[in-house]
Amino acid sequence: MNMDDKTYKKYVEKRATKSNLSADCARAFLIGGFICTLGQGLFDIYTMLGMSEDNVKALVPVSLVFLAALLTSLNVFDNIAKFAGAGTLVPITGFANAVVSPALDTKAEGFILGVGAKIFTVAGPVILYGTLASTIYGIILYVVRYF
Amino acid sequence: MQKGIITLTSRPSIICGASVVGKKEMDGPLARCFDKYDLTDTFDMPTWEQSESEMQRIAFNTAMEKGGFKIHDIDAIFAGDLINQCISSGYGLANFDTQFFGLFGACSTMAESLVLGSMLVDSGKYSRVAAVTSSHNCSAERQFRFPLEYGGQRTPTAQWTVTGSAAVIIGEHSDLPYIAEVLPGRVCDKGINDSANMGAAMAPAAIDTLKRYFDESGKKPDDFSAIFTGDLGYEGSSILVDFLRSDGYDISRVHHDCGLMIYDRERQDVHAGGSGCGCCATVFAGHILPQLKEKKLKDILFIATGAMMNTASIQQGLTIPGIAHLARITVSEGDDGQNS
Repeated sequence: MNMDDKTYKKYVEKRATKSNLSADCARAFLIGGFICTLGQGLFDIYTMLGMSEDNVKALVPVSLVFLAALLTSLNVFDNIAKFAGAGTLVPITGFANAVVSPALDTKAEGFILGVGAKIFTVAGPVILYGTLASTIYGIILYVVRYF
Repeated sequence: MQKGIITLTSRPSIICGASVVGKKEMDGPLARCFDKYDLTDTFDMPTWEQSESEMQRIAFNTAMEKGGFKIHDIDAIFAGDLINQCISSGYGLANFDTQFFGLFGACSTMAESLVLGSMLVDSGKYSRVAAVTSSHNCSAERQFRFPLEYGGQRTPTAQWTVTGSAAVIIGEHSDLPYIAEVLPGRVCDKGINDSANMGAAMAPAAIDTLKRYFDESGKKPDDFSAIFTGDLGYEGSSILVDFLRSDGYDISRVHHDCGLMIYDRERQDVHAGGSGCGCCATVFAGHILPQLKEKKLKDILFIATGAMMNTASIQQGLTIPGIAHLARITVSEGDDGQNS
């Protein structure tokens, strides 16, 4: 093949079929927006039922996580996500799916080495670096308050 | 001088073949060609890995049945798959009372098995061998990508691993078609590190093997009824045709890609097409071989490509080497005018 690696890579990238960015954004906006609206709806319903604001703030994410986990286990979530892309990935629903799907997948390898060891294979980096980032933020805030 | 094309003077026969597939393949345009299927993709097994092994067992048994063979008629099996350490072949073909070679050529394994098996039959070491390969979408996704229920999107250049297994039985010269020549591939790495564009990673290997074949044999693409590539998909196929054209070989009229044949790209959401060891294997056993038997195809090149990577190499950012093995399969008894 008379082409050096760099030129070949450029040629391949140039000719590769591209994702339709505007359609992807529109779908992510629609489904992502729907999930946020659902969250707000749950917030209003729980408030109407006379729950304290602190409890409602905990219950809304718990409900969304439960729904996402349920839909994942019913083989439905991945089909919605295929359409919605970042629309289901970015809200807390994506996080729930990222934890439940490896758990489902690794059942066959047992509860210790399968589910136990692999449940965070997808969400693990988010948990680790999320904790790290908030710790750093906390330290900065602590120091800044002295001035 | 280094060996190029290997001519199999005795012209070993491809006696029979059998294919087993899953649901998506049965929704595709080649549904009628396959021997057995399971629309649940499980083949009554508790794990996906075992389902894949079971497909190999069924494919091999079906092929033996079609040829009227018992296990003692088969001298050796050449088999491979995509799952770590080729366990689908190891478990699927366990307890068959014959010699076994486990091969890894990624998605090129069916061509690799045909090449090695036919060379050993031609040399007289074996009189009858089987080539068996498989891939299962679920076991492959689990190993190479994300959990099955993970809600992610695939890029348009990504390919869909075929759920399927095929077995082909090669024997001493008897029934048509015959394997006339083989050209083993060389590992080619042109610096592609995107595992979602394996067509582009494998195309250079296919270009290398085909160009070497045409250069050495002096044949032209149009001398063949068809040239079947394994699973270059949409991206890889276009790259192959483009580059060979610039080398003076226009294969566009005779080129078909098994990865593009097995699914309907518009309808089945498979992005750039099918892939996996089961892709070209099932298309070959189910679709190509019967056409050769009926002489609808007379002289073909079957060239399957493989991407030789694993999850660690991809995560380490390494580039993806490709390989392409070629077999020329013909219905004629010889090249000097003694056509049957």
